[in-house]
Amino acid sequence: MPERVILSGNEAIARGAYEAGVLLASAYPGTPSTEILENVSQYEDIYSEWAPNEKVAMEVGVGSSIAGARTLVAMKHVGVNVAADPLFTLSYTGVGGGLVLVTADDPAMHSSQNEQDNRNYGKFAKIPVIEPSDSQEAKDFVALALELSEKFDTPVLYRTTTRVSHSKSLVSLAERKVSDRKPQLEKNVPKYTMLPGFARQKHPLIEERIKKLAAYAEDCPFNRVEMADTKIGVITNGITYQYVKEALPEASVLKLGMTYPLPAQLIKDFASRVDQIYVIEELDPFFEEQIRLMGVDVAHGKDLFSICGEFSPQLIREKVAGSRLSLQPAAEGLPARPPAFCPGCSHRGIFTILKKLKVFVSGDIGCYTLGALPPIQALHSCVCMGASIGMAHGMSHVIDPGDDLTQKTVAVIGDSTFFHSGMTGLLNSVYNKGVSVVMILDNRTTGMTGGQENPGTGKTISGEDTIAADIPAMAKSFGISEVVSLDPYNLKDIEDTLRAELAKPELSVIVVQAPCVLRYRISKPALKVDVEKCTGCKRCLQVSCNALGLVETEEKSYVEIDPNLCVGCTVCAQVCKFDAIS
Amino acid sequence: MKTINILLAGVGGQGVLLASQILTRVAMAAGLDVKQSEVHGMSQRGGSVTSHVRFGDKVYSPTIDDGAADFVLGFERLEALRNAHCVASDGKILYNTMRINPSTVASGVATYPEGIETTIKDYARDVIAIDGLGLAKQAGNVKSANTVMVGAISSFLPFDDALWAAQLREILPAKLVDLNLKAFELGKKAVAG
Repeated sequence: MPERVILSGNEAIARGAYEAGVLLASAYPGTPSTEILENVSQYEDIYSEWAPNEKVAMEVGVGSSIAGARTLVAMKHVGVNVAADPLFTLSYTGVGGGLVLVTADDPAMHSSQNEQDNRNYGKFAKIPVIEPSDSQEAKDFVALALELSEKFDTPVLYRTTTRVSHSKSLVSLAERKVSDRKPQLEKNVPKYTMLPGFARQKHPLIEERIKKLAAYAEDCPFNRVEMADTKIGVITNGITYQYVKEALPEASVLKLGMTYPLPAQLIKDFASRVDQIYVIEELDPFFEEQIRLMGVDVAHGKDLFSICGEFSPQLIREKVAGSRLSLQPAAEGLPARPPAFCPGCSHRGIFTILKKLKVFVSGDIGCYTLGALPPIQALHSCVCMGASIGMAHGMSHVIDPGDDLTQKTVAVIGDSTFFHSGMTGLLNSVYNKGVSVVMILDNRTTGMTGGQENPGTGKTISGEDTIAADIPAMAKSFGISEVVSLDPYNLKDIEDTLRAELAKPELSVIVVQAPCVLRYRISKPALKVDVEKCTGCKRCLQVSCNALGLVETEEKSYVEIDPNLCVGCTVCAQVCKFDAIS
Repeated sequence: MKTINILLAGVGGQGVLLASQILTRVAMAAGLDVKQSEVHGMSQRGGSVTSHVRFGDKVYSPTIDDGAADFVLGFERLEALRNAHCVASDGKILYNTMRINPSTVASGVATYPEGIETTIKDYARDVIAIDGLGLAKQAGNVKSANTVMVGAISSFLPFDDALWAAQLREILPAKLVDLNLKAFELGKKAVAG
């Protein structure tokens, strides 16, 4: 009997890559995809790396595939926007070794800035889309997708959602199988050189390929009909399949594991065997629209089920069967518990001063985005990875702030995000004579996703020593004459430096180098509050540290510091006007 | 057997996910189908964390519907109350009475609710308060409060003691095993009362 283990969807994808003989895997971290490469890197037989961004990860994958190696590339949904350029033309060149691009979508936006449905990329780039519904499939579909990739000479878009990536279920393991064909470079210019003349020859072949894939879909291992009662037939995919099975055990189900291109005949046959067709899919009406175009009479789809957010068994029961559980109301008025800067985080002091100065902070994606939340509320925009510098540049060119600090812009970006795509924004701002202040908060890790290595940390994904990219030297090489540094645990230094740089009529770059206290477990003795001196003014509470708490007794209110949480960073002590914290 | 649904709720850093892992591993070792779901990412950094554990003969959905949790296992009292409405009409709420201030309370934006111990009793017939922090200290480390809670819920689950001990030994680093076995026992006894 094969060994059975419990794996998350992401762990299972990594295992699938191992079993399917993948030789190279590349990714940029991003929730909910991060654990895929973290787990792939545990298999010594696979060369794996963190790329500085998703486009590079994709390009590394394209190279590996052209060289004949089975390849896996992974990213979160918005990462595919970054990688789209190579992806769309890879669709034209086709592959050497099989190539699977995993996109981990995030319905309900548990950790994302938008809710885009990346299945649309399959249709857009004219490549097949595969969707597993549990960890066993997450593993098995990797090998099947690689075979599909090789058979049809196409990259395969392998789409998960948060609930597939981050849910665990039982998986039967198999041995690793590696192709006998060793990677080798073969010069095939018409295939791999997309000059217009060659690309024009390719496009009709791509259209032909999609038709062949649709024929393949009619009888492929990804799609499955489960006939039961014929009153209701549900066409569904991914995690929604599990919800449907839970909510409607009587219903017949067409489970689509390959959601692009669709098996038209299979769908029509299924529809003819049931009284009513329900199409139930999270996010966009991706296959519903195509199924309606086939002329299938769909009784219900997005008229009942929202385009926004996640589903649940209860939601499906309610919409289809009209049954409701008698629910107790949730307790009201409870204080929210949002994530916050960790005690000792080097971002706290910086945002405390940015708030005081009332400047416009053009933010970016990382832990520092939490600076937008109460009580700090000192980050005023955040759009996508690397955007902060370009956005601040754009603002500064249409605003004449004079001495009005509220009209001045400070871009705030972390080290990993700077390497990802902030570098080009900075180069642009130097080149085009920007006047904003750019703060690069270098905490020597990719923090928000749990502390991954990046080009600045001096380590690779497998823990090997490598270069640590020097951000001040990079900024200087772009043409910044003086790169300023400051101590993020010294509020006076932060304020003096920022005021001086904001007064300059030119682009200013401040690089703050302070390692992440969480990742590197940095700790000094905990501080204490002198209850006699504390007046309960709550000023220290405004720095938003979970180690601080207000105690209210009948005699007085005062602040207490939890010695288990405090790491002695002293930011709270520096804002105290009564010298009560030491 | 009927599927058992356990909703775990606590604060990032409390070991909610490790507790989920112990539960899923024990159910798996007992030969059951198991699913577990959690959302991480933004839930680190001291935010609310929930984890769904389901086991039985065949489990489809990895998530538990509101109102369908046989057990709500709260690792902190505010988080227990926040998720109390998820309990099934014949379900149980077991919770650690300890308090951890959310950042909104720590910064004075919001206040920590009073009287949770009373309010929460409205949600289920069986609501069991456990001094998880005190028992964890007794076991030798405040961080073992998660194992105390696993010990508490074990009283209501159809698994032998040997199965729990074996999984604790397998999952935890050797030096933490004895401490956690003790925490587990203390949690179990607290419920047996």
